[in-house]
Amino acid sequence: MSDENLDKVTGVNTTGHDWDGIKELNNPLPRWWLWTLYACIVWAIGYSIAYPAWPMISGATTGLLGYSTRGEVAKNIAAVEAANADLTNRLAEVELASLADDPELNRFAIQAGASVFRTNCSQCHGSGAAGAVGYPNLLDDDWLWGGDIEAISLTVRHGIRNEIDPDARWSQMPAFDEVLVDDEIASLVAHVQNISGQDHDAALAAAGAELFLENCSACHGEEGMGNKDLGAPNLTDAIWLYGGSADTLEYTIRNARFGIMPPWTPRLSDAQINAVAAYVHQLGGGE
Amino acid sequence: MAKSKSESFLSKHQILERSPTLLLVASLLVVTVGGTVEIVPLFYLENTIEKVEGMRPYSPLELTGRDIYVREGCYVCHSQMVRPMRDEVERYGHYSLAAESMYDHPFQWGSKRTGPDLARVGGRYSDAWHVDHLSNPQSVVPESIMPKYAFLKETVIDGKYVTDLLATNRFVGVPYTDEMIEVARADFAVQADPEGDYDGLLERYPGAVVSNFDGQPQLTEMDALIAYLQMLGTLVDFSTFTPDASR
Repeated sequence: MSDENLDKVTGVNTTGHDWDGIKELNNPLPRWWLWTLYACIVWAIGYSIAYPAWPMISGATTGLLGYSTRGEVAKNIAAVEAANADLTNRLAEVELASLADDPELNRFAIQAGASVFRTNCSQCHGSGAAGAVGYPNLLDDDWLWGGDIEAISLTVRHGIRNEIDPDARWSQMPAFDEVLVDDEIASLVAHVQNISGQDHDAALAAAGAELFLENCSACHGEEGMGNKDLGAPNLTDAIWLYGGSADTLEYTIRNARFGIMPPWTPRLSDAQINAVAAYVHQLGGGE
Repeated sequence: MAKSKSESFLSKHQILERSPTLLLVASLLVVTVGGTVEIVPLFYLENTIEKVEGMRPYSPLELTGRDIYVREGCYVCHSQMVRPMRDEVERYGHYSLAAESMYDHPFQWGSKRTGPDLARVGGRYSDAWHVDHLSNPQSVVPESIMPKYAFLKETVIDGKYVTDLLATNRFVGVPYTDEMIEVARADFAVQADPEGDYDGLLERYPGAVVSNFDGQPQLTEMDALIAYLQMLGTLVDFSTFTPDASR
């Protein structure tokens, strides 16, 4: 080392660069830093050999460890399925009506069903299953299409009034806007208010009773008690899907309602459908 | 200083450092090599986009709905990319394939989810639910923080520019045929009209959902957006799809 590059104050060589008399000390890099850098380079080379990395002519190198993201997720899912296989298989084949006789399986079904419900059903029926306007409350014992566990399972499996599943539950209320005149619709509204125990115009309601028999009783029953084979709601209670006020009743009679539920067969497995049916059934209103 | 051979080689960098032009040119070369190595393989590697059956360009109404989706910033909260992880696959369905967004301009990938992923939302809810939910999300999901989009129901659209929209997408590589572009406006209208003659539409765009999406007689932005939402993730039949494991 020549003296011209030695900084006299620190005793360290300079780089020899000179900016208007200011020189740069040529301190070596800290050893720990340098060795970390070398270790990272070695690690990167090893990593790119072990894992998929380098693009070649027809694809990337696959790596010695054979790792693939898709393989990993398939493995994870298979592991969980294998761990639950016994219960899932039993649940997929169980006779739903006798599910409650098997406490272990029932417990599993309800827990699994709760998770299926939160993921797939809560958006319409609410996270607490209390429903919303147009989307039935599943906590009460008023059921449109039947509330025993098998009926619930069937509804989940095929859905309601959808175009996707040919076995979907189906019925269609006619829109009476074109069929009845305004006075007739008003008297029908009064009749429905009457049978559901609301304040009403008695004279109008009497006229409406006749019209109800002619136009509505085929589905809703002569007494207005509904029909679960047709998804026709009971009109004599205080439970309303779309609302029981005079205005809402008039809208419903004029335009009809056509609530749709999607079928869940393509998305959910048999075991998942049974699980969610068991969950909904035990919420409080199951028959 | 007595210069050893190695020192004289290492000090060659001074030639670059002392000439800005040369430094610029050399930097450009380095960046070019790096970029080439990263980008070029995407164009020739066969496994970048695997071929899957069922993918087709968006129908005119769906494409219009997609533009509304982008315009309203839905992507700010919703991604369209089910990642290959067990929790996501169990919640949303099969993980997304690159081919499923091959006709997307721009794509809607992401992992920031203020709202749920929408890559497989098609067919999951009824049209009426979408109308209720877009008009007032809290009416069906009380805990939701999504804003209301009720005005979409009021905005009538007539597909005035849908032909240009398809042509523009063809310009950037979406394989719309001359026929598709020619009848775009008719296809646009008939998809929201279950009474109409939509056989041609279904032939051109297999799996398209025909429905009066918003339940109103007129065709609105709500129709277009729901048409788009109802087809998301429904084109590939995963019961017949065998994933190539080497990805």
